[in-house]
Amino acid sequence: MGDLPLTPDDVAEIVAILDATPYQRIDIRTKRFNLSVARSGAGWTQSWEWPRGDTPEAAVAVKSTGPEETPAVDGQVAVRALLPGSFYRSPQPGAAPFVELGSVVEPGTVVGIIETMKLMTPVHAGVGGTVVAILAENAAPVDAQAVLMRVQPAAP
Amino acid sequence: MIRRLFIANRGEIALRIIRTARRLGITSLLGVSEADLLSLPAAQADEVVLIGPPPSSASYLAIDKIVAAARAAKADALHPGYGFLSENATFARAVAAAGISFVGPGVASLEAMGDKLRARHIGVEAGLPVVPGGETADRDAVHARASVTGFPLLLKAVAGGGGRGMKRVDVPEELDRQLDLAMSEAGAAFGDPRIYVERYIERGRHIEVQILGDGVDAVHLGTRDCSIQRRFQKLVEEAPAPGLPASAYEALTSSAVRLARHLRYRGVGTVEYLVDAQTFEFFFLEMNARIQVEHPVTEAITGLDLVEQQLLVAEGHPLGIAQEAVRFIGHAIEVRINAEDWLEDFRPSPGIVSHARWPAGRGIRVDSHIAGGGIVPPHYDSLIGKLIVSGGNREEAVIRLGAALEVLDIQGVATTAGLHRHILRDSRFMRGEVDTRFFEGLNRG
Repeated sequence: MGDLPLTPDDVAEIVAILDATPYQRIDIRTKRFNLSVARSGAGWTQSWEWPRGDTPEAAVAVKSTGPEETPAVDGQVAVRALLPGSFYRSPQPGAAPFVELGSVVEPGTVVGIIETMKLMTPVHAGVGGTVVAILAENAAPVDAQAVLMRVQPAAP
Repeated sequence: MIRRLFIANRGEIALRIIRTARRLGITSLLGVSEADLLSLPAAQADEVVLIGPPPSSASYLAIDKIVAAARAAKADALHPGYGFLSENATFARAVAAAGISFVGPGVASLEAMGDKLRARHIGVEAGLPVVPGGETADRDAVHARASVTGFPLLLKAVAGGGGRGMKRVDVPEELDRQLDLAMSEAGAAFGDPRIYVERYIERGRHIEVQILGDGVDAVHLGTRDCSIQRRFQKLVEEAPAPGLPASAYEALTSSAVRLARHLRYRGVGTVEYLVDAQTFEFFFLEMNARIQVEHPVTEAITGLDLVEQQLLVAEGHPLGIAQEAVRFIGHAIEVRINAEDWLEDFRPSPGIVSHARWPAGRGIRVDSHIAGGGIVPPHYDSLIGKLIVSGGNREEAVIRLGAALEVLDIQGVATTAGLHRHILRDSRFMRGEVDTRFFEGLNRG
């Protein structure tokens, strides 16, 4: 930060002035921003605050996947999203899905991909068995811990 | 003359462009997704236009929506930043067709450099040395090519950049699995799943040359070393590249200028090389036809504002600076602060930053759109800020970076700040002995 509406050079000048004094910090409060420049050990720090019209939570929340979790049948195991992001059922657009209803999976079987911050993380079944429910649609935004699929474990 | 500049990007680079626009008296128009409506760039831009919902494909990558928004905002120029559509020739063409000046190279340069195979071909044409490898259309072709280049090899998105869709494959058994991931990342990030296969050079340095052209002539603005990478994502960048003999510096920079002149390149661009860490033999890799994330280290040692230079040549001005007039002073280092948990395999860490205390003072620049209360959405890349330090020489810059990292404190999301403290303590970094395997050899304890 430090560049709007003050430039990094402006902040450096404030630091240089303060550094020659015994003061520990300066708080600058304006309608547009609050800036604290403070001594920290041998160095200095800058902390900015920008008034906002709304609460940040509104924009960060990812719309949860699909309907409420369908009740799990006894013994079924949920495959959950480890990260928030976009869920993809196939390795690339147009390709066949990793798994379909009825697919038999091993714990290490990749059943989907979650894209978080441009990074693709494979989703593993986590358990051996049969896919009995697919709850997240392709390209759907999902929250961390959202149930993506259910697997009926193979009989031991 | 640019009066109304539309910025088709987000995050720190959007804020960076707004800053220069404001200094030059240009009205900034920012296109944002719903996820960025409350961002700092949105608060700072003179005007904000909503492009679409959060996913990039429906907002920052949606050519029709962006061009319509820029037109509706009565923009006379559009700055694409980096990533997203910055090197997309179809986009540049659509912007021009709307009567809006695209702040970047001409469509011919974008097409020449946007495709790695063509870039390589043109590099050879301009007399630049290249690494063995080639493009592939399908899985069989990847296997055929791999049997020629041997292992380890690199899979790269043909349309890519920034390391997305890039995978290193050490053994043949891994090829299919990595290829699936590379193709899906390439498809998601760039809408083009084609893959380029290339020999992987073990002890290389990633050194790049910043160039600036006006469509006729070109100058270079020195070198940067970006060898410290993890999975081809740059972590630390510095200018100039340390420990480069004068002859190697001269050969690299003059070959970059040769390529820029050959392309009749207009704007800022980065010519990337793989340089042998011992012999300084070098190979042309690709050219990034846009402003680069790490451009501030070049600004620090040249005193130039690269965004301003972009706007000047976009307005049709000839280069305002001769090669002899470019003065290189001191040394600068940039570290990328990403919202990732580096102790948990760099797991993405989106969320709300509850507290952000950045360093301040002489020789310190922070380019960030994140203050206390700032939002890091899950939809975009993880960069939340860049800490750039400069000093009279490398040693001074390293000491300053150490002190700055000590006081940097960001709470609410995990960041890579701790990783950079480790890198700084590594004796190889202190000596300036970096190569692309630096990260693998890092002591994380």
